[in-house]
Amino acid sequence: MPKNTAPVAYDSKIEGNVTFTKLDAAINWMRSNSLWPMPMGLACCGIELMATGASRFDISRFGMEVMRFSPRQSDVMIVAGTVTYKMALAVKRIYDQMAEPKWVIAMGACASSGGMYRSYAVLQGIDQLLPVDVYISGCPPRPEALLEGLMKLQKKIETEQSFVEQKKALLSELS
Amino acid sequence: MNSNEAADTLGVKFEHSIISTVNFRNEISIEIKLEQSFEILSYCKEKLDFDYLVDITAVDNLGNEPRYEVVYEIYSYQHGYHLRLKTGVTESEREAISVVDLWPTANWHEREAYDMLGITFKGHPDMRRILMWEGYPYYPLRKDFPLAGKTSEMPDVAFSEPVPLNGGPFVTSPCSASTDKREPRSREFIS
Ligand code: SF4
Repeated sequence: MPKNTAPVAYDSKIEGNVTFTKLDAAINWMRSNSLWPMPMGLACCGIELMATGASRFDISRFGMEVMRFSPRQSDVMIVAGTVTYKMALAVKRIYDQMAEPKWVIAMGACASSGGMYRSYAVLQGIDQLLPVDVYISGCPPRPEALLEGLMKLQKKIETEQSFVEQKKALLSELS
Repeated sequence: MNSNEAADTLGVKFEHSIISTVNFRNEISIEIKLEQSFEILSYCKEKLDFDYLVDITAVDNLGNEPRYEVVYEIYSYQHGYHLRLKTGVTESEREAISVVDLWPTANWHEREAYDMLGITFKGHPDMRRILMWEGYPYYPLRKDFPLAGKTSEMPDVAFSEPVPLNGGPFVTSPCSASTDKREPRSREFIS
């Protein structure tokens, strides 16, 4: 963790008292603990994504259970499956409709690199169209792997400095 | 009636339109002339009770004439028998006769054959691509189309690029030799 973003320590015993933290740390804490996924289930990996959401693996332990089928309401697109060229621009359109801040997870070999489909019909990795934050290996990845990928993403979000960057951009605009 | 008898009935009725009849392990394949294909198939449906069209598919026999072959798999639920009818389609014509009027399910099968091999079907109500996007310039299941694909570009619809094959395609060699001879290996790329 970079030294300028301290984690937030929340103590329920001092509820009502004042808590000091950095704005970025607070924002990141809130963002990373309620990641609403956009389930982009396109092939077999989508089944594993569903298993992750079901009771045995219980994705809600990590605050990501609110799968939204509306891009307007989701934060992280989980591209789970084979992206054909025919589907690729639809995936891109949905990504474009998602509100910032947004992240992308490429789940499985197909979404990461085209997988075993070295063929005329398959896009060789969704990273050719979208900025991917986390790649998950496997064909399909186990639900545990998806959960780990989401936790990696949480770690990544915790290092972001959106507020500091906004301030910097504003100051350089003013000067 | 069984498949053999159905094939015999066809053989008598359409003597001059049948090119050959092959029986391989009780599966009967009949090669018919393209011009009479609708007539024969309609007879199969109406008179021989072939109420189910299992599939229509097409084959590209590159280098042979006629180059393409359209294959109909028909089945009778009523009697439980099956026939395979094949008809050649030449490179220059590239048109078969639609059987949508007989079996409505032929609609999508014929669209698939059109999409993959570029064979059109006369009388089809909606001859569009079904798997690739409308406007894709190639027919990818033709033998002279590279497995890796080709570049195509349609702004706002789709694009495609050749894929990295890294020495592939890797294909198995069916034979009775040991595993290391049979397992998928790179072959000279045919394009
Ligand atoms: S990576 Fe494997 S399991 Fe996932 S979509 Fe591709 S083929 Fe299916």
